[in-house]
Amino acid sequence: MPDGGSQFVRLAGLKRYFDVSAPWLVRVIEGRPRQIVQAVDGVDIEIAKGETFSLVGESGCGKSTVARLVVGLYPPTDGSIAFDGNDMTARRSQAEMAALRRRMQMIFQDPYASLNPRWRVFDIVAEPIRAFGLAKGKTDLEARVGELLRQVRLTPADGAKYPHEFSGGQRQRISIARALASEPEFLVCDEPTSALDVSVQAQILNLMVDLQRRLKLTYLFISHNLAVVYHISTRVGVMYLGRLVEVAPTETLFRRPKHPYTRMLLDTIPDLDMSGRQRAPVAGEVPSPIDPPSGCTFHPRCPFATDRCKAERPRPIAVDGGTVACHAIEEGRLAVEERSYAAAT
Amino acid sequence: MAAPSNNPPLLEVKNLRVEFPTRRGTLLAVDDVSFDIAPGEVLGVVGESGAGKSLTGNAIIGLLEPPGRIAGGEVRLEGRRIDDLPYEEMRKVRGAKIGAIFQDPLTSLNPLYSVGRQLVETIQTHLPLSAGQARTRALDLLKEVGIPAAESRIDHYPHQFSGGMRQRVVIALALCADPRLIVADEPTTALDVSIQAQIIALLKRLCREHKTAVMLVTHDMGVIAETADRVAVMYAGRIVEIGPVRDVVKHAKHPYTKGLMGSIPSLGIRHDRLTQIDGAMPRLTEIPPGCAFNPRCTERGRRCLGERPDLMAAGATRAACWLHERGGVGTAVTKELADA
Repeated sequence: MPDGGSQFVRLAGLKRYFDVSAPWLVRVIEGRPRQIVQAVDGVDIEIAKGETFSLVGESGCGKSTVARLVVGLYPPTDGSIAFDGNDMTARRSQAEMAALRRRMQMIFQDPYASLNPRWRVFDIVAEPIRAFGLAKGKTDLEARVGELLRQVRLTPADGAKYPHEFSGGQRQRISIARALASEPEFLVCDEPTSALDVSVQAQILNLMVDLQRRLKLTYLFISHNLAVVYHISTRVGVMYLGRLVEVAPTETLFRRPKHPYTRMLLDTIPDLDMSGRQRAPVAGEVPSPIDPPSGCTFHPRCPFATDRCKAERPRPIAVDGGTVACHAIEEGRLAVEERSYAAAT
Repeated sequence: MAAPSNNPPLLEVKNLRVEFPTRRGTLLAVDDVSFDIAPGEVLGVVGESGAGKSLTGNAIIGLLEPPGRIAGGEVRLEGRRIDDLPYEEMRKVRGAKIGAIFQDPLTSLNPLYSVGRQLVETIQTHLPLSAGQARTRALDLLKEVGIPAAESRIDHYPHQFSGGMRQRVVIALALCADPRLIVADEPTTALDVSIQAQIIALLKRLCREHKTAVMLVTHDMGVIAETADRVAVMYAGRIVEIGPVRDVVKHAKHPYTKGLMGSIPSLGIRHDRLTQIDGAMPRLTEIPPGCAFNPRCTERGRRCLGERPDLMAAGATRAACWLHERGGVGTAVTKELADA
């Protein structure tokens, strides 16, 4: 595979469709067609080593599906995933696959559902170490688990407890410790703070930033919270109905958003500074991904849509250090606006 | 400060206590909470999960889930006590005088009735209107909350609406009898950000037009900052700070509020780290003596360990913190004690 050397993770033309049709017999009797959800419809992302790449979008835009595709929880319908130059969709022996899998881990949204309630915390954190055979003997295992728990600001004594004895934030620390157990280089975080209160969210975000620096981790961060994304990311990709509409470095995306959907999303952020900025609530809702609109999928909600937008799917073009898929930007119809945010004192 | 004294408050809550008897003793979930809401005012109530904010709202509308019960204090609506009304009497107040909006629009609508039928039923319960008049009013309400093609949508069932549209229907239901107060419990939490902005704008507009007061319960400080006139911050069952929203957001006086504001990532400035409050809110069984926030507080003094502060004037807001005793003189006192 010809891989651009510096790119650590590369997704090319990634697609994932889900068949949500009624059962065959019902379809035949009632004459209903097959129904396919195009959850991810052609996504190209490159993530450099050591950066935090964030995917944002509203529910149903396919951001979590991308996360699951990257770690291999779903096989892709089409397209390729390359991890450190290795094509993850190629056939490999189990041992080779395990060696690659060890290097990537996932943190899930709901710390109440992602930890086995019948296991002690020690066993939860030790599982990846055992599975990949990373410890030599019992004392080594205990030392490693203790170190992992300390790393996420818990104590080794917490290992003897069960998940229900911990609060939401502490549970998310346990799932971070588990994710770090196999000494990964790449962490996929699917809404890791969405289920947490803000003060606890701040603790977890700070912890993730500290760990990234110390362990030189690369993050793929999935979130719907733009303020969190602004805080943590190097680069941001905005998804809408299974496609990437804009990718840009964080500062560029928030200062000079290009795609009309990105602008709309930024308008929806509640304004804590009360600078009197008028929010323009955009009419309409996200259409169903079963039957997405033709051309640019955003055209029914877009104030700048033309006939071309309705007919032709826009290609991503390079602008201002990022890429944008929008005809209005490509044709120069839509001026780029500068945004400023009241800097809090 | 408090509501202007020349016109009486619409809602007065005084020393409200809500408790849950359990096998291991009685848990005090809302502890001595007092506040007023003036006519037409939007009071935001924020706090983290378990702070007692939803229970306060539920106690006011008389919908506490047993075994939870009001253990003390009183709730007055337009001067009339409503916390001790018999169930049937309270039913007449609820809906007519106080509307309610809940978090999940799918569970607050009956899936077996069309939205029109639910609206007509609510309208006829509270207003002396014929079926035809009630339906006309229902249609007007649906148009007012921005349901497109209301004439045909009125006969649809809740599952045929999207989340945002459903929440609009719930708002229409709450407005049926033109209540004086709406208790909105996390009205936008279940919605996507773009829909959230639409619903907030709608709620703001309707309340201005109808001069309805709102008690807005949420964990989202952004929603409060945009919508509320005043805000009450709750922690472990008590109000720790209350005041005009601008002052609380910009110049918080209680250490918890300060930490809470700092922990919200904001746009425009990228901090290396967010301010964090270590630890977590205590469980109801483990509320420490003295100030409930003291184990997490960076400015804790000896007095905070033993004596519980009540709300006291602190600049433009009122905060329950010994630092602000006698208009800030307390600072030196507690610091000194901490050093001792």
